Amino acid sequence: MNTKHPTKRNYSSLEKFALHLHPKMIDERAVAFNRTFGLGGICALLFVILALTGIILRFSYIPTVEQAYDSIVNLNSHTIFGGFIRNLHHLSANFLVIVSFLHLLRVYYSQAIFKERAENWIYGLVMMFLVLASSFTGYLLPWDQLAYWAITIFTQIFEYIPLFGHSLANFIRSGETLNSNTLLNFYNLHTGVLPLLFVFFVSLHFWLVRKAGGVALPEQKETQKVPVIPNLVVKEIMVALLLIAALFFASAFYSAPLLEQANPNLSPNPSKAPWYFLGAQELLLHVHPAFSAVILPVYLLLFFIAVPYLNYKNLNIGVWFNSPEGKKLVIHSAIFSFLFTFGLIYLLDHFLHFDVWLSSSPSWISIGVIPFLLYTIPVGSFLFYGFERYRVRNTEVIMATITVIIVSYLTMLLISLLLRGEGMLLLF
Amino acid sequence: MIVGIAAIEAIVLIKGGITNKAKLSEDKKLIPVGKSDSYEKNHVYPFLNHHFYLKRFEDGGFLALSIKCTHLGCVINYNNTTGGFNCPCHASQFSPNGEVVASPASRPLDYYPITVKNGELYVDTSVVKRRKSFLKSQLTYV
Repeated sequence: MNTKHPTKRNYSSLEKFALHLHPKMIDERAVAFNRTFGLGGICALLFVILALTGIILRFSYIPTVEQAYDSIVNLNSHTIFGGFIRNLHHLSANFLVIVSFLHLLRVYYSQAIFKERAENWIYGLVMMFLVLASSFTGYLLPWDQLAYWAITIFTQIFEYIPLFGHSLANFIRSGETLNSNTLLNFYNLHTGVLPLLFVFFVSLHFWLVRKAGGVALPEQKETQKVPVIPNLVVKEIMVALLLIAALFFASAFYSAPLLEQANPNLSPNPSKAPWYFLGAQELLLHVHPAFSAVILPVYLLLFFIAVPYLNYKNLNIGVWFNSPEGKKLVIHSAIFSFLFTFGLIYLLDHFLHFDVWLSSSPSWISIGVIPFLLYTIPVGSFLFYGFERYRVRNTEVIMATITVIIVSYLTMLLISLLLRGEGMLLLF
Repeated sequence: MIVGIAAIEAIVLIKGGITNKAKLSEDKKLIPVGKSDSYEKNHVYPFLNHHFYLKRFEDGGFLALSIKCTHLGCVINYNNTTGGFNCPCHASQFSPNGEVVASPASRPLDYYPITVKNGELYVDTSVVKRRKSFLKSQLTYV
């Protein structure tokens, strides 16, 4: 079949459905796999898998403190394909956190969030929040030791917010500690409210992508258009089938974790928050909570919302890393940020005990301002050096700054996840 | 904008429902712990099911310390050698009266008020008291 030029033909109803999502003709460059890596589509597919497996799981799960754990044990051992469905749900959920984050990185680094796409970036951030909220509310439902203490630790982070932190944490938990109301609220959010919000925001997201003219591409004088069916749709189906096959295969061999039933009187050692929040937990170990739980998150959130609206001097929409120099700077920033964060945490853990040395001064200096400066001065100098060396303009520098922040968070997350054992002490 | 206002109003309405549920289950949180004579001085008695350690000090005063670490909410363990408390999760350490000895925790252990009726002690676990440091006034005497 000639895939370059469409001939007049009748579309089947399935094809017509695909043409509601895509235009009939599409720029050849938008079809290339390494333009989008199919990440947005994978997220949508994972959402569908999660919705379907979730609906099935609802037939077995009982959202009460007394019966939640037993219902999961029962599902695992006495229900045909029960464990498989649960593994599939668990894997897809974790995968969704990763893929939606990669999707966020992709649209940012390929400069696809500006002008008419800026609004959609905000909805993307909202959905990133919804993904984390869904994962987090689902985390508690098995009511085992892992679930109970991970959620306890995470809700406790909110208590560090001044003025309303304690009441906010109590509102989320509906009490001083996790209880039957927490479980019921989380269950309702997880299986009712959040999926509904997803349907709304996903639709909006898709519609705005089309309204903005599809995938962002660099400007070019002559563009080659190809029909979406079969060029793009075949690729999409291939990715979807491969993903489903991989998930099914993994679910057959991997078991979603289930520890002993939750015991509010016994904390496991060590106790960790859900893995994607471990960067925040790591930060709390080193930095005053006013910084790590309030100032930094609020500042970063505002910064991320503002990113598409900043005043850029040399914006190349659709160009990866904005320019070849931008690419080099981003790679160097990532390496620098990883090594620097790793080294700083090692030093703070083993050698630099400002809280002991400066115990006479207020804690917001010893574990607030000092670590903050220890981090920002070298990072600032590095960014300034990169700015001079590569003769780049503000677009690339902002990009390098975001890279440093993201890689620092990921480094902290990995350290907390892999390198901290009993008592949250470093393993080396 | 209107959606925002509606959302806030919805949260307020829902919050009423949630906290009412919570209040129902918080009834009967006055825990009777018996006569003061049954407790030795300088000893710690765990009441894990009710989430506190009952400590009797040298001078006979009582303090009901919350078992919840003030860092991230793990359950602290009694340390036999120091007479204080250690957190198994992130290695915070507390002195016998609940003050921080080693970070990452940044404030002393919370405590519950104790009331005395007819020589019997009652710990009110519905109220969690926060404090910046240990004060004599936090102790209850019979």
